[in-house]
Amino acid sequence: MTTPSSTAPAGAAGATAWQPSELELDRRRFRRRQTRRSVLLSAISTVVFAVLIAWALIGSPGWEAVRQSFFDLDVAIASFPRILEGLWLNIQVLVAASIGVVLFALLLATMRTLRGPVFFPLRALAAGYTDLFRGVPLLIVLYLVGYGVPGLDFFPRVPVAVWGTIALILTYSAYVAEVFRAGIEAVHPSQRLAARALGLSHGQTMRRVVLPQALRKVTPALMNDFVAMQKDVGLISVLGAIDAVRAAQIETAHYFNYTPYVVAGLLFVLLAWPTIRLTDWVTARMRSREQIGSIV
Amino acid sequence: MSAETDGPTVGAGPAGIAAPDGTVLSLRGVRRAYDDKVVLDGIDLDVAPHEVVALLGASGSGKSTLLRTINLLEPIDDGVIRLRGDDVSDPRVDADAVRARIGVVFQHYNLFPHLSVLDNVALASRLVHRMPRRDAERRALELLASIGLAEYAKSFPDRLSGGQQQRAAIVRAIATGPELLLLDEVTSALDPELVGEVLSLVRSLAEGGTTIVMATHEMAFAREVADRVVFLDGGRIIESAPPAEFFGAPREARTREFLARFLA
Repeated sequence: MTTPSSTAPAGAAGATAWQPSELELDRRRFRRRQTRRSVLLSAISTVVFAVLIAWALIGSPGWEAVRQSFFDLDVAIASFPRILEGLWLNIQVLVAASIGVVLFALLLATMRTLRGPVFFPLRALAAGYTDLFRGVPLLIVLYLVGYGVPGLDFFPRVPVAVWGTIALILTYSAYVAEVFRAGIEAVHPSQRLAARALGLSHGQTMRRVVLPQALRKVTPALMNDFVAMQKDVGLISVLGAIDAVRAAQIETAHYFNYTPYVVAGLLFVLLAWPTIRLTDWVTARMRSREQIGSIV
Repeated sequence: MSAETDGPTVGAGPAGIAAPDGTVLSLRGVRRAYDDKVVLDGIDLDVAPHEVVALLGASGSGKSTLLRTINLLEPIDDGVIRLRGDDVSDPRVDADAVRARIGVVFQHYNLFPHLSVLDNVALASRLVHRMPRRDAERRALELLASIGLAEYAKSFPDRLSGGQQQRAAIVRAIATGPELLLLDEVTSALDPELVGEVLSLVRSLAEGGTTIVMATHEMAFAREVADRVVFLDGGRIIESAPPAEFFGAPREARTREFLARFLA
């Protein structure tokens, strides 16, 4: 076929011949000027801000004492290996708890969506559970699980970190289950309708149609909860597990200096940072996909 | 009102009389009300094998509700729905098994956005009819090729135009070989230039012998493709006739009013 292609070169030639008009060039110059201006302004304001903060800190009467007891480089270097060793326990607990939370929260969320009178006890149980564990402070759950459950003498002796992990799973599952449920409810009812119209059962509809879409919708919220849990794993130190926080406490007592806490804090920030950036990236990508090229 | 003096023109037969053998779908006295608003007020309708029935009527006349009750997506308050003689309105009947025998296409396509076009079409064959994955996908690909969408098999639905999405939704509905196909205003959400491709697919299905009940606003299409036109108003069937008769010499005053408004 030559007829359609014979018209194409004319169009293509027209496209290559396009030059931005004087009007457009002027707009571009204006935008470039605007960009330069805002970069300059933000640079100046950042420098001024930093100088002010530093001046206020260093200029304060107690600065020298604070610097010695919180920012001692020698103590930081000396305590670093022990704290890093403790952080490894935090990471193990974090991984185990994350897997546990996802599974348990999915179970809770799907229990709440079950239909039919037979499932009333399960629905009620799941609803009661999320209400209870969103209300109880994590610290109290940690104490009750960490000290109370072993006291039953029913379970074999396990490291306290295991009880800490279980407490984290119990508390965070209640939050994450609500996130899942919000996602499930955000899937448009017509999707469920289409799946049921094809003859899919309630369970098949949930597994194959609703949950996959729900998970995509709540990914940013889930990652946010993950970041929150990344630092709350440090609370297992109250049970006596030698994690980064506990190690920092021991080092602090040893050197009579608070710098190890700062070191542990920075390590937790480093641990959370990739997830925080990833969350921002995922959220931005989802937003840009939804608004397809528009500015606002 | 003249509708009362004209005698029994309603439905395919008086209520209480059994449908002829081989009838695919048979409704008797189907009623549906929301609170005090009656949406379906005693519908009698028989659909023969290979018959194409077009439901016409203004918005709110009960067309969509009627289709949804047939597929048990909406409960009924009275009456009987039979699919090839089986009373599917009996609450003891497994609704999933009934829905698996009926294909439905919605106004807004309702393709699953997280699945490829191929997976959309193959899903019910695999999950509901327990077809091996390879067979289900081969069948789905054949269907997509037959409507010229084979190259989009691995794409996600949002890459397709509205007309392509609706055609994919239609082959999704027929992939499992349903005994009856329900079309709920399948062209109402489409740009005018995309309506044609969807209608020609429906036409080829009708010519291939698929039993179809469709709610539509496309008068010309109903006239051309349907074997029978059923006009609903206020939840009742006002007139039921072959298209030539329905459009050429409507018996009911309400029908004439409706047609005058649409064909003006």
